[in-house]
Amino acid sequence: MRRLETRWGWLMALPAILGFAIFTVGPMLASFAFSLTDWQIGGSPSFTGLDNYAELAGDELFWKSLSVTTYYTLGAVPLTLIVSFAVAMLLNQRARGLAIWRTIFYLPTLVPAIANVVLWIWIFNPDFGLLNSLLREAGLPTSQWVHSERLAVPSLIVMSTWGFGNTMVIFLAGLQGVPRHLYEAVSIDGGGPWRRFWHVTLPMMTPTIFYNLVVGVVGTFQVFNQAYVMTEGGPNHATLFYVYYLFRKAFTESEMGYASALAWVLFMIIMVVTFLLFRNARRWVYYEMAGAR
Amino acid sequence: MRGRRRSGRVLLYVALTLGAIPTLLPFAWLVRSALMSDEQMFAAPPEWIPRPFLWSNFGEALTAQPFGLYLVNTVVIAVVCVLGTVLTCTVAAFAFARLRWRGRNVVFALLLSGVMLPYAVTIIPTFVMWQELGALDTFLPLTVPAWFAGAGGGVFNVFLLRQFFLTIPYELDEAAYIDGASPWRVYWTIVLPLSRPAIVVVTIFTFIGTWNDFLGPLLYLQDEDKYTLSLGLASFQSVFITQWGYLMAASAAVIAPIVALFFFLQRYFIEGVTLTGIKN
Repeated sequence: MRRLETRWGWLMALPAILGFAIFTVGPMLASFAFSLTDWQIGGSPSFTGLDNYAELAGDELFWKSLSVTTYYTLGAVPLTLIVSFAVAMLLNQRARGLAIWRTIFYLPTLVPAIANVVLWIWIFNPDFGLLNSLLREAGLPTSQWVHSERLAVPSLIVMSTWGFGNTMVIFLAGLQGVPRHLYEAVSIDGGGPWRRFWHVTLPMMTPTIFYNLVVGVVGTFQVFNQAYVMTEGGPNHATLFYVYYLFRKAFTESEMGYASALAWVLFMIIMVVTFLLFRNARRWVYYEMAGAR
Repeated sequence: MRGRRRSGRVLLYVALTLGAIPTLLPFAWLVRSALMSDEQMFAAPPEWIPRPFLWSNFGEALTAQPFGLYLVNTVVIAVVCVLGTVLTCTVAAFAFARLRWRGRNVVFALLLSGVMLPYAVTIIPTFVMWQELGALDTFLPLTVPAWFAGAGGGVFNVFLLRQFFLTIPYELDEAAYIDGASPWRVYWTIVLPLSRPAIVVVTIFTFIGTWNDFLGPLLYLQDEDKYTLSLGLASFQSVFITQWGYLMAASAAVIAPIVALFFFLQRYFIEGVTLTGIKN
């Protein structure tokens, strides 16, 4: 039986192992090797050592894309977390018609990425779009939204917040998992809603918040579609997101070596950021029975 | 006390309604624009009810480019991906959850380490690989990875399924082995039939992921006859850049199937999202 299990175990895991080797490890190493070369599509690569990385350090657009992406992440992630947490709290008050409310708030998440972008191009339209039409009706000053260098990223942050449904559903499940007896204990001690929130809900929700935070950061760091279809990185590089810049270098300018260096730097950044998030998590994420594991 | 509770209830519904308005407004804008003539769309103050309802926007938009063909392409790719992902991911999850073999935990940990990897790190070499294999402008680069347990981010499915398989009593397997069944038989006749909910979840998310994918088709498909809905919509947008009625009609047509799917499988959707969040 033992031998049989070993044989079948490896055999059945084989597609996954091969997939990991062919589509993850292989390309990762290859991408590092590419990053040490000067290589145009069609030509042959020539080894240049760390030249690409040195060039990166002096590449203004690289720094621009990094700062634009960081700006986007710092705006979109907290905003989405707050909005989805707030709505999940509301839904958790045993609102009548929970399924209907949940569906309403989940709906935007279902919109396919490109349809979403096309819809928001029209919403942001400065002349006849939804936002400016409403502002004009209310007698308020209108805005250029994504067409303005200053407001392009904030506009995209608003757009991304619209799709808060996934995060919300995860928060809602977390909230429903908070043991009732903890709330009762606070109530018996004479604590009101504020104390229940502060001393029970929030601490018990920290693992869920942490999960959504990590997923959100990793996701927003790789934003691409909006830049490609809506803004083309503009105006004046205001939305030159990192992966979009990488894509342009690789597939428009066919600088495969340089783009691979960009990819590896992104990989490092995401690793470092996730590492820092996890290390910092020990200070504020509360795991029940943490010692038991 | 009772009065306070009632006013609290009222406040709750007021807050929910205030949240629902900005959530639904873009949809209302989408539908109203999809059914409107240009003149009415550019009227000031903005009008909300199309007069008349211009259903022809849909017909004209969807035939201006072959959206029917895009739909077929998208469905073909999605179905092939779902089949591959479900088959290979359940097989792998079975190996990790129900069989004991040396190296199992190390291999599993290694595979999981790939989940967090940013896709940008692998796209260039993967593209070069498919180019070398002469597979550009075919569906292969979009579908073959799915047959290797989803490859890359798809490993997450193996994780989910494994978690689910672990909850099935092992006595069932043991009884079958005593009767002389092979591991494949146990997988096929015992574990798989008992894992319907988890498989449905993986199916839904793989299907939606493929349906939504833009970068993949953008990289690999050149011939317009091979476009997917996402790619087709993006190219449609760049052509009909100011034809808002057409653009919104086409967008609505791309959105509708997913929303319909959601209403049929709502329970699984929510369970699935929840599963992904909680099991971490």
